[in-house]
Amino acid sequence: MPGALTLSQKVWANHVVREEPGAPSLLYIDLHLVHEVTSPQAFDGLRERGLKVRRPDLTVATTDHSIPTTDRSLPIVDPIAAKQVAQLETNCKEFGIPCYGPHSEHQGIVHVIGPELGLTQPGMTVVCGDSHTATHGAFGALAFGIGTSEVQNVLATQTLLQRPSKTFKVQVDGTLKPGVTAKDIILALCAKVGIGGGTGSVFEYAGSAIRSLDMEGRMTVSNMSIEAGARAGMVAPDDTTFSYLHGRPFAPKGAAWDAAVVRWKQLPTDAGARFDQEVTIDANALEPMITWGTNPGMGIPITKPVPEPSSISDHLQRDAVSKALAYMGLEAGKPIAGHKVNVVFIGSCTNSRISDLRAAAALLKGRKVNPSVRVMVVPGSMEVKRQAIAEGLPDIFRAAGCDYREPGCSMCIAMNGDQLQPGEYSVSTSNRNFEGRQGKGGRTFLASPLTAAATAITGVVTDVRTIL
Amino acid sequence: MKPYTAFESRLVPLPINNIDTDQIIPARFLKTTSKEGLDKNLFCDWRQDPNFILNTPRGQNAQILLAGDNFGCGSSREHAPWALTQFGFRAVISTSFADIFKQNSLKNSLVPIVVSPEVHEKLFSLPEDAKVKVDLASQTLTLPDGEKVEFPVDPFSKTCLLEGIDELGWILKQEPAIAAYESQHAPAINTLA
Repeated sequence: MPGALTLSQKVWANHVVREEPGAPSLLYIDLHLVHEVTSPQAFDGLRERGLKVRRPDLTVATTDHSIPTTDRSLPIVDPIAAKQVAQLETNCKEFGIPCYGPHSEHQGIVHVIGPELGLTQPGMTVVCGDSHTATHGAFGALAFGIGTSEVQNVLATQTLLQRPSKTFKVQVDGTLKPGVTAKDIILALCAKVGIGGGTGSVFEYAGSAIRSLDMEGRMTVSNMSIEAGARAGMVAPDDTTFSYLHGRPFAPKGAAWDAAVVRWKQLPTDAGARFDQEVTIDANALEPMITWGTNPGMGIPITKPVPEPSSISDHLQRDAVSKALAYMGLEAGKPIAGHKVNVVFIGSCTNSRISDLRAAAALLKGRKVNPSVRVMVVPGSMEVKRQAIAEGLPDIFRAAGCDYREPGCSMCIAMNGDQLQPGEYSVSTSNRNFEGRQGKGGRTFLASPLTAAATAITGVVTDVRTIL
Repeated sequence: MKPYTAFESRLVPLPINNIDTDQIIPARFLKTTSKEGLDKNLFCDWRQDPNFILNTPRGQNAQILLAGDNFGCGSSREHAPWALTQFGFRAVISTSFADIFKQNSLKNSLVPIVVSPEVHEKLFSLPEDAKVKVDLASQTLTLPDGEKVEFPVDPFSKTCLLEGIDELGWILKQEPAIAAYESQHAPAINTLA
């Protein structure tokens, strides 16, 4: 239908500052999230040019990637990490940006705190020097990761030069079976389209299974859009979105709230709008998913065997599977369930929110983790930590034998000392299983918090449905 | 930025698909607050293998990396193109690039060159000492047999690269348009409140 627009096209159109044929558009940014790893060189660039931060009031910083998840009252032991964290605080002070540092009550993983503070809102453009910025798309925001040069551009001008992406609809209909979660939807999408399948596109997640997810489940799905190649992944805002946001610290209040909801209700994709590409996933048929290889697209239902390279005709793909199996120390054609693991990690911007901790705690309550496994539980933010305490979750984790830690990215990216040793296996609720991602030589099986908790109990990769 | 000029170089082949930025520069080297010295940790974990191409004579003093499909996927770290350019690379050739890596590269005088699977295959089959010419102005690769292959580049990025202009300088000149946009759009949040 002519004139019918998709959600992403509407948000795009609302933010174009300047457009001319042949040139990229200048796009206004409503919210810029900053962290310690990808910002220092951008602030240096501002100083070199004598520039200010144009809109500190649309910018927020926090420390998450390189800070330890141990007792916050102790100094940071790693001098390089300590310097990086201190540098962020100095930069924020100099440029007038609010910074939720290691001792702030709002500190947490950048993609956890934006939504929980109500900073992330439908229809916004949101950027951060982090590829998992796609998370914020769960609210119907156009949210994507940028590099440090672009961080500098946004700090200085609150705009970015961009070309529109293609539109790609991910239709997920049906009802998830017990033991199957939002994480399994996104791992299934990554397996279906592959790690480059969404390159050049913005995903829009639609269908009854997406509508049925709570906001935290939608964030888990949007978060891993980049693992299927898409810079952004959006969900149209609805009553679930509005009730999550209502009353959050930075959400609009009173008459402004009512006006915002009216605006937000205009955002969903128009009937008759065309997508450049579409894929469907049958939620009824989904099983718990797990990755066996060294990119997030290398995933299978937990009941299935890992692939046989000999059955693949394309030589680069066959080599990739062989190389991944060799790195992972797995035998072709064998099941992954029952494989011994050394570490279980429950955390990251994908799965460290209160609902993730509740799901894991419900399984672990009254049980013990297998003594051969080290189980790390890392809440996504100080707010998640407070909520968990209010619900008695840390006691459940500790009684079960888990190592319950302070908020941060932790062993998702293994920059802060939380890491696998060479050769060790983890089941991890994080988002990347690249070689060495969780520590040099470490081997990662990505899965849901339920699969992680089930594996913690048995010590081997476990289909959670066998212990429900 | 220096203007990007034409050059001729041997190829450093890495026939692996989906090379992610965690391989290009592992996260443990991102605790730095500067851009310097990243080249010594380029492909750090793969360089533990003495036979890895960057440890061989073929990996030295060449300016073109020839990689498998979907190069640069994963993290948004600009440290990846910084490490590649500091090592000496000025172009990467593949059949496709991850979006964020591509944008980051174009801002750092590292040209991501997309070729067809047929040309890709042909480049991988060239002899070790074969040289390929990269001419951004005409958007062509010239192969040793004289074959010319055109490649796409965003025209705006091309101008910036050829003239050595960085984007920020251009955007700063758009101040009136940015101010006009701001006057018509009330901010949804105030993080300072």
